[in-house]
Amino acid sequence: MSGKIRLIDENGLRVDGRKPNELRPIKMEVGILSNADGSAYIEQGKSKILAAVYGPREVHPRHLALPDRALLRCRYHMAPFSVEERKSPAPSRREIELSKVIKEALEPAVFLEKFPRTSIDIFIEVLQADGGTRCAGTTVAALALADAGIPMRDLVVACAAGKVDGVLVLDLNDLEDKEGEADLPVAYMPNLGLVSLLQMDGLLTIEEFKQALNLAIEGCKQIYKLQKEALKAKYIAIKEEVETCLQS
Amino acid sequence: MSSIMISRIRQKQISQMIASGKRLDGRGLTDYRPIKIETGIIEKAEGSARVLMGRTEVVVGVKVELGEPFPDRPNEGVLTVNSEFVPLASPEFEAGPPSEESIELARVIDRGIRESQAIELEKLCLIPGKKVYVIFIDIYVLNHDGNLIDASALASLAALINTKIPVYVVENGEIKKTSEYMPLPMRNYPIAITFANISDKLVIDPWLEEEEIMNARLTITFDKDGRICAIQKGGQGALTPQQIIEAAYIAREKAEELRMLVVKN
Repeated sequence: MSGKIRLIDENGLRVDGRKPNELRPIKMEVGILSNADGSAYIEQGKSKILAAVYGPREVHPRHLALPDRALLRCRYHMAPFSVEERKSPAPSRREIELSKVIKEALEPAVFLEKFPRTSIDIFIEVLQADGGTRCAGTTVAALALADAGIPMRDLVVACAAGKVDGVLVLDLNDLEDKEGEADLPVAYMPNLGLVSLLQMDGLLTIEEFKQALNLAIEGCKQIYKLQKEALKAKYIAIKEEVETCLQS
Repeated sequence: MSSIMISRIRQKQISQMIASGKRLDGRGLTDYRPIKIETGIIEKAEGSARVLMGRTEVVVGVKVELGEPFPDRPNEGVLTVNSEFVPLASPEFEAGPPSEESIELARVIDRGIRESQAIELEKLCLIPGKKVYVIFIDIYVLNHDGNLIDASALASLAALINTKIPVYVVENGEIKKTSEYMPLPMRNYPIAITFANISDKLVIDPWLEEEEIMNARLTITFDKDGRICAIQKGGQGALTPQQIIEAAYIAREKAEELRMLVVKN
C-alpha cells in the first residue's frame, strides 16, 4: 500500500508538518442555522462539516414511531463538490454505512426514553472532505444535539488514529488515510469512559492496536475540551449581546 | 431490526444466565455453535460455499468476469462484495433495496478480505488499465438465526478458496479464453469473530435472541499472521476500552480455530 509517497520525513514529521500525536487545527461553532433546532459547524484541517438536528418531532412515516423512546435517525451525506472528483449526490453504500455507525455512536449518549413516539433527526453535510469526516461528523453532530437542548448523558467526541510509514499517528488526513497502513476511527464518551464507535481497516498487531486505541482516546479528550468551549462560546456571545442592550 | 418478540421474562433469563457465565443453549460464553462448511455446491459459479452456524445458514457464490480496472489501480483485478437478505431467510427481511444491515454486512466482509490482501489482485491483470479479472462475491443469507457476519465471512473465505478462474491468453492485445482453469491466487485467510455485549459480558457468536437483547456488537477480523485487519462496532450501546482489548485477545485465538475449519477443506 505505502509505495512511493513518504508520509513521515527524516525529522519524524508528517506530510502536513505535524508531529505523530498532533491534531490538525480545529475550529467549531455552535448554533449557526436558524431553521434547525440545533446546529454546529466544524473545520478540522481541510475537512469542513455542518450538522443540524431537528426534533424531537413527529415521526414521518408514522409507523416507524417507537412506543417507548424516540427514534434517532442520522444521515451522513457528502456534497458533490466536497471531493476531488465530483461525487454523485445519491447516497453511496459508504455513506449508508457511515450514517448507521454514526447514529449508533450517538445513540448511547441520548436520553431517548424521554421522548417516546418522536423522532430526532440528525443531518450531517460534508462540504469539504480531507480525511476523518466520520469522526469530525460525529463530533459536530453531538454538538448539534446539545445545541438542540436534547438531554444527553455525555457529549460524544470522535477521532481517528492510524499507522503511516510504520509510525502510529493521530487524526489522519486524506493522504495518510489512503496511503497509510491502518486507520482506526474511535468515538468516545469522555465522562462515561465508553467507546461508542470503533472501526478499523488496515493491518495492526494487537499491541499496535492497543496503543492506537489509547492514542485515539487521548485525541478525543483534547477535542472534547474544544467541543465544550464551542458550546459555551454561543452563550457567552448571547450574554454579551444582552448586556450591551441593557447598557444602551 | 429489533421487532422479533421476546418476552420480558425470557430476556431476563438470557441476560441473567450470561451474567453468571452460562447461556440458554448450553454454550460457554466463548463457544461457537456447531459449524458445518460445504464447498462447490453451485456448479455454475466459479466458487461457492455453504456455511451452517447453528441454524444460521449462508450461501456464498463467487462469479468471475472480465472488466475494467479502477483508474487508480490499473494493474489489479477488481473485488466487489454484495449481500442479499432474501425474504425467505427471516420474517424480518423484505424484498426491495438493500437495508442498512445488509450494506454494513457486505462492507465488513469486504474490508476483511481487502485489508488482509487475501486475494492476490495484482495477479489478476490481463492488459494493464484495460482488462482485468473482476471477482464478485455474493452473500446470500438463507436462514437468519444470528451472527450473519461470522457465517458470511467464513462462507466467503471458503468460496474463494474453492474458486477456479478461467485462464486467458493475450495475443497481440486480444484476449482469448482457454479451456483451462486455475485456482484463484490467495495469500491470506481473514476470519471474523463477533461478540455481543450482554450484561456487560462479551459473548461470542450471538444467536438471534441474544442479538435482540445485546446493547452492542463488536467484530474483529484477524489475518493468518494474527494481525487485526478489520474492526466494526455495531449496536446502540458502548464498550469500555478494556472490554475491547480483552475481546481482541480472545478473538485472535478463536480465529485460529475457525481458520482450521476452512483451510483444511
